[in-house]
Amino acid sequence: MNHEPTNVPLITAEPYPAQPRPVAALLAASWAVFLKDVRSELRTRYALNALLLFAVSTVVALSLGMGPLAPSRNADLRLIQSGLLWIAILFAAFTGLSRSFVQEEEARTAAALRLAAPPLAVYIGKLLFNLALLLLLVALTAVLAIVLLRLPIGNPGLFAALLIAGSCGLVAATTLIAAIISRASIKTALFAVLAFPLLIPLLVVAIRGTEIALDGLGWDRGILPLQVLAGYTIALVTISLFLFGSVWET
Amino acid sequence: MQELRLELDNIAIDYGSRRVVSGVSLTLHAGETLTVAGANGSGKSSLLRILCGLQRPSRGKAQYVVAGQVLQPDAARAMIGWLSPDLQLYRELTALENLHFFAQVRGLQLHRDDLEELLIEVGLDGRGNDLLSAYSSGMAQRLRFAYALLHHPPILLLDEPTVTFDERGAALFERVAERQRERGILVIATNDPRELRFGDYILRLGM
Repeated sequence: MNHEPTNVPLITAEPYPAQPRPVAALLAASWAVFLKDVRSELRTRYALNALLLFAVSTVVALSLGMGPLAPSRNADLRLIQSGLLWIAILFAAFTGLSRSFVQEEEARTAAALRLAAPPLAVYIGKLLFNLALLLLLVALTAVLAIVLLRLPIGNPGLFAALLIAGSCGLVAATTLIAAIISRASIKTALFAVLAFPLLIPLLVVAIRGTEIALDGLGWDRGILPLQVLAGYTIALVTISLFLFGSVWET
Repeated sequence: MQELRLELDNIAIDYGSRRVVSGVSLTLHAGETLTVAGANGSGKSSLLRILCGLQRPSRGKAQYVVAGQVLQPDAARAMIGWLSPDLQLYRELTALENLHFFAQVRGLQLHRDDLEELLIEVGLDGRGNDLLSAYSSGMAQRLRFAYALLHHPPILLLDEPTVTFDERGAALFERVAERQRERGILVIATNDPRELRFGDYILRLGM
């Protein structure tokens, strides 16, 4: 069919609304995505239950299996404790952080979101949601580890700063990958396979840094791992901002 | 007031080695309605997904011309309203929460009164605070209409618009179709022969 009428009708209804300033509009849309995810999560517990159950069961299993570790039993105790803490956080994150995108695909709401929301707003909103979820998980895991594994915190401020910086890096690395795997058939395995190589440098720095905090050394020793974690996060978020549009639309 | 037209040039849609649509070329202007008819699996829904930029054609080109500016479908999404059986909204949110969310991400400055008015318009008066999971299929379809009409789109794409509707729902569709003639372009994909009368043109797929 190909038809060209001579009188071209014009749109007479009100125009589609003018957008506010692009950055402000993007931030408002991102915040809306974040709030929507929080509200959905509070009602469905889709990711929260999986994350918390995994974190609790891992720390409790370690506690029951090993008991509180005494410094006299191993010279590298702080390093081992730090490693155990981050491995518990990592595997709990694997079970939960991909779910905000997976849920959109499985519930078939992704098309409505794609049509209405700017891709960057979806990325930033999901990034914030994953960060909030992971910080909650990290706080719980750390408290459980302190209580059940008798984790000594020599420098609490540095310990908290490293956990927050490590969480930011973990979320930065996994949010884009979560979007990539959300339409795959073997989501969890693929998520781990793609995320693991990206996360090795993060884990090494976070474990070594946390060891410094457990040992009670000063901020002068802990500032380097914090800087590396911050740089890692900034680099991955920047890359993701460029790549996310293609991943989300493909 | 802006000039608006949809241009399809030799569109083809393949699924694996099977070509379900080939050689679709047309131009549709504001104020005109295109009805796409055809059996199940003939590519009607896929064609509408191409028109809103959710799918790419295997061959050919789809574009909109708005006030002399050429826009690919994915760049014209702010102007497109889409309704489809594939479209799902958030079941764990209420109807008002759904509409408020989609208004926010579209950058619309809509208040609760505006959203409630829209719900009245689509026949969901007083049901705005119900969770979507408690909606019947017909009510969910009405909410899809609200989602599609939220931003007063000059381009409206309706895929099987009355499939779960009762008579009052069918009347809603007729009102929307009539009003869209004054607003811009309307494309309807349907299996229902009664809906063919809305089209200025009929595109039959799978012939």
